[in-house]
Amino acid sequence: MALEKITRVAGRAVHVPGNDIDTDRIIPARFMKCVTFDGLGEYLFYDMRRNADGSTKAHPLNDPRFNGASVLLSGVNFGCGSSREHAPQALQKHGIRAVIAEGFAEIFFGNSTTLGMPCVTASRVDIARIAAAVEADPATEVSIDVAGQKVSFAGQTVSVSIRDSARDALVNGRWDPIGELIEGAGDAAKVAGKLRYMMA
Amino acid sequence: MPKTLFEKVWDTHAVRKLANGQTQLLVGTHLIHEVTSPQAFGMMRDLGLKVAMPHRTFATVDHIVPTDQVSEPYADPLADAMIKELRKSCKEFGITFFDRSTGKQGIVHIVGPEQGITQPGTTIACGDSHTSTHGAFGAIAFGIGTTQIRDVLATQTMALGKLKVRRIEVGGRLRPGVYAKDVILHIITTLGVNGGTGYAYEYAGEVFDRFSMEERMTVCNMSIEGGARAGYVNPDETTFTYLKGRPYSPKGAEWDAAIARWRAIASDPGCAYDDVVRIDAADIAPTVTWGINPGQGLPITGRIPDPAKAAAADERASIEEALAYMKLRPGAPIKGTKIDVAFLGSCTNGRLSDFQEVARFLKGRHVAPGVKAIAVPGSQGVGLLCAEMGIDKIFRDAGFEWRAAGCSMCLAMNPDKLVGDQLCASSSNRNFKGRQGSPTGRTILMSPLMVAAAAVTGAVADAREVFGVASN
Repeated sequence: MALEKITRVAGRAVHVPGNDIDTDRIIPARFMKCVTFDGLGEYLFYDMRRNADGSTKAHPLNDPRFNGASVLLSGVNFGCGSSREHAPQALQKHGIRAVIAEGFAEIFFGNSTTLGMPCVTASRVDIARIAAAVEADPATEVSIDVAGQKVSFAGQTVSVSIRDSARDALVNGRWDPIGELIEGAGDAAKVAGKLRYMMA
Repeated sequence: MPKTLFEKVWDTHAVRKLANGQTQLLVGTHLIHEVTSPQAFGMMRDLGLKVAMPHRTFATVDHIVPTDQVSEPYADPLADAMIKELRKSCKEFGITFFDRSTGKQGIVHIVGPEQGITQPGTTIACGDSHTSTHGAFGAIAFGIGTTQIRDVLATQTMALGKLKVRRIEVGGRLRPGVYAKDVILHIITTLGVNGGTGYAYEYAGEVFDRFSMEERMTVCNMSIEGGARAGYVNPDETTFTYLKGRPYSPKGAEWDAAIARWRAIASDPGCAYDDVVRIDAADIAPTVTWGINPGQGLPITGRIPDPAKAAAADERASIEEALAYMKLRPGAPIKGTKIDVAFLGSCTNGRLSDFQEVARFLKGRHVAPGVKAIAVPGSQGVGLLCAEMGIDKIFRDAGFEWRAAGCSMCLAMNPDKLVGDQLCASSSNRNFKGRQGSPTGRTILMSPLMVAAAAVTGAVADAREVFGVASN
């Protein structure tokens, strides 16, 4: 099962400002009553984007200028709260391929990496610069060099960071670990054999 | 070389280093529920995989179950499909399922400890961020995503980077009317909602030494709300007493051997921590939230923050956003804020001692007119014990609705939801926008006794005053 080597993600960007944007906001729990992830994209940030009667509210993802954006910009502690993989799944199904934020909650970061969606951390000042360029010209291409840990846009380049293990997994095409974990099954059985509580 | 419990458990469960530098970690106990597992079973079928160690996965149903309807089909066809899907998958893959018909069903983080499945020195994973609850027993327990559930089903292992360990010592004695819930809300308010990112929290000190297992669970439960993926308490006599005689606890000679292992797994004296935080129990008041994340909290005697007085622009924006959503006035006392709903339950505070403590004070009191109050035991076991002790009757007589076990209004994936911008005094763990089922619904987090005080007065209140809890 050869996975894509995700060394670079490039596309138009959309800025969803705010700190501590939790996974309940990214995908409200009521849309998790499903047995597949298909179709979650349309419920992304649902209650931020729609009123109770279904009419749309002002939100960057409702702004036609940012239609087709594949890079999301946000603030501190993005994806905090629930462990629901439905959150990165909803982002991906909506067309988001990478997130640039000031920081990420642990479980969200891991879930996103396992889906091959890079989450890179940038300073507040640099995110504001990218957001300003995108606001001035929504067609601006924002290009994330995952291996080199930098982002280029509108003739500028800023440095970003991503945890070594995630960077390695993405750029070497081993972000879904299942194959490697199965290879270790024999070793796992040996470790389990030494633990009394794991015996049948 | 002295080691922390975290390092010892990590070392005994590490299988091998993976190419990206993470560790393949053995997951001793895997817990699943209906919401985050169906897609994982789907992936297993697509890949033609078998469950590696079916006897080490346990299932229950909690998020979507109606608490006012036990018979099937459920009124909500989506919920009905989910319980049936889990039943089917457990049968197909040979997994023990604590279904509603077994009398052992409940919130997954209440069922594991109750059954004695949660044990010291083990690794536990579950597709739910509140899995940190199980750390109360000296287990390393963390929430995982659905793809990782697939990994654990298929291999009983997962890929994980090692966490740092922060010891949080709470010394001294808690004042009367101050509970475990106040301790964790105080810790999160102090260290921030992302203060624990990259850490496991080791809770210690006299307060934790004296705490019951249920109190330890309340604190460990909300570790993730402070950004820490795992939180634990070193096992001691309290832990062993709780576990003795439970269905999955070791028996006979196995029990003595287990105790010896469990004692040895505790952090060694003199071990090194990546960080240490000390808190004086006397500084902790009954704590309530005023905003839209669990770190936006204050003592019940405090005033709602004023964005104009914020130190930084960023903080000002956060306060403004929270107050606009909560419809609260800057500078006003939080005490006296009118409520519409009181919710007592959840994996944070849905255990026997939570209902017992409230029942002590609720007898002879009544829910204020216009307030909807619901009490939801965290498991069928808790519900049964409450019935045997007459606790359910005390709640009913006081005007609470007494429900069947489930997650209920903590996250509203079932019929228990706020309506419009109702304000809920809640013993649950999250006050996020829309968390309790209405996109404009408002949540104030607090201890169970504070929920009862709000229920009987119709407003956010100081339980110490409402119930005459002695002040020293």
